[in-house]
Amino acid sequence: MTPREREFIAKLCAARAGLSVPADKDYLLESRLAPVARREGFGSVAELVQALRGRADEVQVWASVEAMTLPDTAFFRDGEVLEALWSALPAMAQRGSAPLRIWSAGCASGQEIYSLAMLLEERPIPGVQVELFASDIAERQLEKAQAGVYSQFEVQRGLSARRLIRHFEKRDEAFLLSRRVRQHVRWRRVNLVEDLTSLGQFDVVLCRHVLSGLTNEGRNRAVDGLVQAVAPGGLLVLSPGDDVGDRLPTFLGVPGAFGGAPTRRSAAA
Amino acid sequence: MKTCLVVDDSRVIRKVARRILEDLGFEVAEAADGAEALSWCRVMMPDVVLVDWHMPVMGGIEFLRRLRLEPGGAAPKVVFCSVETELDRIREALDCGADEYIMKPFDGEIVANKFALAGVA
Repeated sequence: MTPREREFIAKLCAARAGLSVPADKDYLLESRLAPVARREGFGSVAELVQALRGRADEVQVWASVEAMTLPDTAFFRDGEVLEALWSALPAMAQRGSAPLRIWSAGCASGQEIYSLAMLLEERPIPGVQVELFASDIAERQLEKAQAGVYSQFEVQRGLSARRLIRHFEKRDEAFLLSRRVRQHVRWRRVNLVEDLTSLGQFDVVLCRHVLSGLTNEGRNRAVDGLVQAVAPGGLLVLSPGDDVGDRLPTFLGVPGAFGGAPTRRSAAA
Repeated sequence: MKTCLVVDDSRVIRKVARRILEDLGFEVAEAADGAEALSWCRVMMPDVVLVDWHMPVMGGIEFLRRLRLEPGGAAPKVVFCSVETELDRIREALDCGADEYIMKPFDGEIVANKFALAGVA
């Protein structure tokens, strides 16, 4: 790819999804766009880029932008965070009778939300209904997540053998998550830099290992939207190092988490 | 320093496992089958055993059953490391008292992860 082609792709990703794409990393761009070019019927990445610059077919644009996201995730990643979260839920549930809503934003292939769905099966919270939602910008990731089929490598990242035999069944060389666990989760394609208000509010919003891949502007927009998606007294759980400025109080129980304080106190702060 | 006994009839696998485990800070001993491993354990009980399923002389399951009957044999964490990927086989190993299970092929990340899950990181 030429520097101008890489520059074009970086700008496209920043404009559409707030993604920070390293325009100087030729190999990275080429290797992620090559499969898109093949699927969309182009002879090369250069031909794909030329088409993107020309008539701008939206399907091709989004296929290219999605390909530049980094779908790195694992079951029970940062397990102590999920444990702390699970312990915090009963207190949150006492605030009202409505079901607790949890959203995994930028879910990639779904391991985070499915980890919570497994906890829901293993340790349901008495008298509390929990609704799990997950979103990603990449359709291909959502399709993989919804299918619930994981490779031998993927089920060995973070998943204990006990959980593997409890929640999965073997499908050829891969492993299929049980329907019982899968049915807890609702999926939707969401672009975090767009308006998120139509999604409503959530008691817990998880957006981990996502913001660091965004441009400064993209990150600010995403944080604004995510903060507004947190219900009063709810939690926003980011990765350590991610910041929300003074938009939500720090929550000490969970690393990288914000919010949780009663509305009264956060208004006074 | 924690000790790990690597039990596998493949010299290559033992070597790969040794390198990974030494990087994780373990002192590593090797055995080529379950019987050899059992003799080793009678002399010095390791903190953790990484054991293959199918081996000549004595396989992993038989080794595990006998290990748990030895004085002090309940203490070591036992992590299976096998080409067996059927869930019934994995269940069998866990029901026999294995703490974790690694499906081959494995790498350093998987070993570190599984050892952490077994509580020996």
